[in-house]
Order: sequence, then structure tokens, then C-alpha cells
Amino acid sequence: MTVITHDANVLGEDPFDTANLLDPYPFLGRLRDAGAVSYLESTGSYAVAGYQEVYEVLTDFETYISSGGLGPRDIRKDSGWRPPSILESDPPIHTVMRRALTGVISPGTVRALREPFTPPAVELTEQLALRQRFDAITDLAEKYPLRVFPDAVGIPDVGREHLLPYGNMVFNAFGPENYIFKQAFAQGDEHAAAVMRNCQRENLDDTGFGAQIWKRVEDGLISEQQATLLVRALLSAGVDTTIFGIGNTLSVLARYPEAWAQLRGNPKMAKFAVDEALRLESPFQKFHRTVALDTVLGGVHLPAGAKVLVFLGAANRDPRKWGENADDFDLNRNASGHVAFGMGLHQCVGQPIARLEMEIVLQQLLQRVAAIEPDGAPVPILHNVLRGFESLPVRITAG
Amino acid sequence: MTASAGATIDAVVDQVDIVADQVVSLVLRRADGQQFQPWQPGAHIDVHVGDGLVRQYSLCSSPEELDHLRIGVLHVPDSRGGSKAVHALLAGTPLTISEPRNNFPMRESRRYLFIAGGIGITPLIPMLEAAEAAGKEWTLIYGGRSRNTMAFAQQLEDRYGPDRIRIIAEDEMGRLNLDQILAMPRAHMLVYACGPGGLLGAVEERCMGWPPGALHTERFVASTLGAAAANAPFEVELARTGTTVTVPNDKTILEAVEEVGVRVLSSCRGGLCGTCETQIISGEPEHRDAVLTQEDRDAGEIMLVCVSRAAAGCPRLVLDL
Repeated sequence: MTVITHDANVLGEDPFDTANLLDPYPFLGRLRDAGAVSYLESTGSYAVAGYQEVYEVLTDFETYISSGGLGPRDIRKDSGWRPPSILESDPPIHTVMRRALTGVISPGTVRALREPFTPPAVELTEQLALRQRFDAITDLAEKYPLRVFPDAVGIPDVGREHLLPYGNMVFNAFGPENYIFKQAFAQGDEHAAAVMRNCQRENLDDTGFGAQIWKRVEDGLISEQQATLLVRALLSAGVDTTIFGIGNTLSVLARYPEAWAQLRGNPKMAKFAVDEALRLESPFQKFHRTVALDTVLGGVHLPAGAKVLVFLGAANRDPRKWGENADDFDLNRNASGHVAFGMGLHQCVGQPIARLEMEIVLQQLLQRVAAIEPDGAPVPILHNVLRGFESLPVRITAG
Repeated sequence: MTASAGATIDAVVDQVDIVADQVVSLVLRRADGQQFQPWQPGAHIDVHVGDGLVRQYSLCSSPEELDHLRIGVLHVPDSRGGSKAVHALLAGTPLTISEPRNNFPMRESRRYLFIAGGIGITPLIPMLEAAEAAGKEWTLIYGGRSRNTMAFAQQLEDRYGPDRIRIIAEDEMGRLNLDQILAMPRAHMLVYACGPGGLLGAVEERCMGWPPGALHTERFVASTLGAAAANAPFEVELARTGTTVTVPNDKTILEAVEEVGVRVLSSCRGGLCGTCETQIISGEPEHRDAVLTQEDRDAGEIMLVCVSRAAAGCPRLVLDL
């Protein structure tokens, strides 16, 4: 069988320039229009933007490997800034770590979190409902996950202030070493050391996910170093993304008053609203994979060793998958299949926890807020790979 | 309704062969000489073995040949009598059976790894045929105590060759080395395993590092309700919505519920991610997902409605929807 290939369209645009980071969607549209796979001169990598091809890259973990790192450099040749995480490993190392997490984060353990996760959401939204305007990011989205998630992992209070800057480093490092990266790493050693300290067994409480992971060391499944790395993975992957998920959901809903009204009538739909918002404004927009062996994707030949920049945010708005209204929020859309949490072997392990946090916050807000609308322009955050807002002023009608 | 749990067929035992130590193979035909309904690899039939006992046996004949069905039955001395009764059957004996039903359907993928332990080979035989016909990359690892206890081993090796068929007889080369077999997850490879509970537990444990949903197993452990087979249509009462929907054989609960306008959050729609987790108010599910732990299953409180169904003999599930 001969596979007909063509050269990738070469794009001169830089996905990491300020304009494209602050407002990614016009660029992502141009990228999809250029073809399923393009070559980016600015980064020297291949860009994958169509839903079908993104799905293929995510599910074919043998061809598109993770151990080259999620950033633009191949960390196999050029060691990374920290020991590779589960997200930056392939089988069999990945297999060992993934097995250790099974049962730690399971439907049963996550369901048990609803009880401790609800009162802080009640308290925060009660306070906000007393005000006519607030900032949905700084007053809510940033506060809630930091109230509940570190407790669920079981880390001490001391050092929690390093979680956000650390997450900012981790995710920005999936992009190039531009000034955003450099800023994120300004006090990098200090943040990294503090987070690593909190991943040690003696610093974790006895009931959280952290202790459960360390129990796997006693069971002989993983090494102490692997336990530390897994706890670190939870802490680095589970805070920023959830904050952005909550913020992005509210940024969307503030623009769709009829959806808010519909949700008020049926708060059970909160989780669908979150899911559709994750599709439309995916917090984790893009990361790299490395091509293990020469291959063909979307008719384009990809050489071994090439870096592929996978645009989750573009796949989640691909009209071939989602229809002509792919750029619109549609509460009645079935968003199932979106890749905001990835797909396949590396699909987000913490997904059910993130969904639970987002749903609880939204439900509590719906109980106390009759209407929500923008109160000035939201300020998008300048970030290499995450999509979110620094500030989202809103005006509300309590009730 | 296209079928009911109790529908039976009058069949005749056409042929009895001893195919391995303690294993007989029965060829069954319809008493009226008609063909059986089309079935897919993984299907089984209920066999009414007398004294009200009903047992499920996987089909190991070819789905291309509908004039007969073949089952392979291991004699289990300390069982409740089902296999003993089957082993007593002679050619020409009339037998009451059900139409083929499938609790172990074969999903479309690029590669397959089949793992059989002993008599667990039976449902995999039609799967090998289907995988071969479709030109897929596939391997069978077939373990057993010794070659003479391993039904169909020689025929399979003769037909597909030793590269495809790996026979691991314990008395010659030790037990299946699952650590080695399953050490490296393969992209787009589905694992279909059937055999004793111990083997399946060990396979499940090692597949935890594989992509969610890669592993598919069949256990012939009767649900607590026992009796007739699942995969008959059943009813789902939606407690919050106040409606009841019938879930036919060819639809999932998720699809049937969505059709009446009730929404359930879902993501993979294949039992892989756990997003469609739903509370069970009453009824017994048959779990077909790859997510819930045994503890979750034992608690009986939740199910994943994108793949799981009502258990055999449970005509109605009441769900918190």
C-alpha cells in the first residue's frame, strides 16, 4: 500500500506571540484552515489542529511519545528542569505509576469528597451574593480550589502559597523559553523546593490522596521517588487547571444570560454547562509530543524526533466535529468526546476531582445568584499553554 | 419487544465430541431445522440443563455458519451440577436453549491480544476468526495445565500457526507470565480475556497501566439473581424525571435515556472514563465498564450507563436520573 503524502503547509505565524496567546481563537481558526497538520516555522514543530488528528496523536502513545517532554525541547537529549513526571513518561515507567494511582482516585474516593468540598463553596458564594459586583477570578475561581484541593491531597498549610507559582512554571514550560517562561521561573528554585518538600511522606497527613499514594510504596508497587513524583503531579496539575476551569466557565456563562436562566431552572445541568465550557474555553490549550518513528498523519510525513504541538483548544472547536456553531456555547450540546482532559493513556487522572469542584462551585453560585453579567472587559492571562483570565469583573443580581 | 429473557428454542444435540480431558464439545441444531439468528463473536447461549438449572456457555462455532451452534463444556466436579448434566448428554437428545446473546462484544480496533485460561478459550475462537478475516494484528495467549486439558489448542495452532497462537502448557513451560505479556501497553490494542477468576483478576491488575478501556473480560460468575441471561431488553425507571424507558438490546441505557430528552454527562461513551456514573436506586446492574473497582461494584450503588446494563433476571433498574 502506498500512502500519498504531501508537505505540511508552512505557517509563519507564532502561536506563542502575545496577540495569539491573549486571543487564541482567530489564530486557531487559521491553523485549522491551513490543514490538519502544519509546520510552524517559529517553533520548528508540527502543529496538529483537527479533531481527528489530535485524537489520533493522543491515543497513539507509541508513535507520539511523551518521554520527549511536553515542552518544545526533547528532554531525552537535553535534560529537563526537573525529574520527568508521569505525564512525561511512556510505558513501562508510565505503567507502574498509573497502576499505583488506580484505586487511589476512583469513583468511590472522589464521591466521598462531595461532603468536604461543599461547605467552602457555600461559604464563598454566600459572601459573594451579598455584593453586587466582584471579580470571578480573584474572589472565587482562585480561592475555591486552593481551599479544598490541597486538603484533599493532605499537604501542610505551610508552603501552599508556592502552589500557584509552581503550577505557573510547570505549564509555561510546555511552551518556548520566552519572556513569559522566564518570568514564571524567576523564583523557580524556591517554589520547586517548597512543593517537593510537601510531597514527602512525613509532610503529608494520613488520610489524603498523598498518603494513599505513599501507601503504594509500602505495597511494593512504586519507589519512594515515584511516590514523590506522583504527589507532585497531583499538586502541579490539579490547581491551576481547575482555577482556570472555574474562571472560564463563569466567563462563558456571563456572556450567555439565557443559559444562566436555564441553569437556574435546572441546577442539575451545572455539570453539562461546565463540560460545554471546557470544550469552548479549554484551560489546557496545547502541549508537545515527540514522534518516535517516521509516520504519516493527515497525509503529512512526520520524521522521527520531530516535535508535534497538539492544539487541544483547536480540536475542541473543530467544526468538522462540533458543527458550524462550534465557536458558540450551547448548553444543549452534547460535548462528550472533547479533549480538554486529553484522551487515552495519559488522560487526566484527576478529571473527576476537577469536575466535582467545578460543579459544586457553579451549583452553589446558581442557588444564590439570579443573574450574572460582565462588568467590564475580562483580562486574559498571558500564558504559554493555559487559557484563562487574570480578572473577570462581574455584576450580579442576588436571589 | 424483540426478544424476552424467557424465550427458548427447542434444539437437538447433533454431535458430542470429547475435545480435551474433561471437556466435551456439543454441536446443536434447531429441532425445526431452521437457522439460528445471526450472532457476533463473544456470544453465549443459555442451556436449560434440567431441574430448573440454566447455564450459560459461550459459542465457539463460526458466526458464518448459522445452521448449528457449538459449545465447549468443562466438567467441574464440585459445581452445582450444570456441567455434569451437560456431560451426560448424548447425540440425539432434545435440549432447550436460548437464542445467542452477547455480553462480551468485540469492539472495533487495530490490534487485539486474546488471553485464554483453560475453557475460557471458547468465546475467543469466533473472535480470532473475525480478527483474522478483518486482517487485524492479533495474538492468542492460551494457558492451561497441560496440552491434553486444553480444548481446541491443536486445531487453532494448525489453523493460524504458532506465531499467532501461543500455547502455554503449565507442565511444559510453567504458568502464563502475565507480567511479561502485559508489561508494555500497545496503542489501539484491545485485550480480550476469558478464563478462571484468578487469571482474570491478575490480568485486570496488570492492565491498570493500559489505556482505560483496553481490557475486556468475561466471567461466568452468575449474578446474585442467577437465572436467565442479560442482554434482554429491560426497563429503566428515571426516578427524578418520572418516566420509564425500555432499553432494547441494540441500545445503551445512555442512548435510550437521551432519546427521551434526559441528559447524562458522558465523555468516552465506552465505559472508560467514569464520567457517566449514575446512582442506582434499585435493581441490579451488570457492570461492563473498565472503571469501577470491585468495592464500588460490591456496594451496588453506582453504574456507568454508557456500557453497563441490567443484570440477568433484573427486569427493571431504577436510576437517579
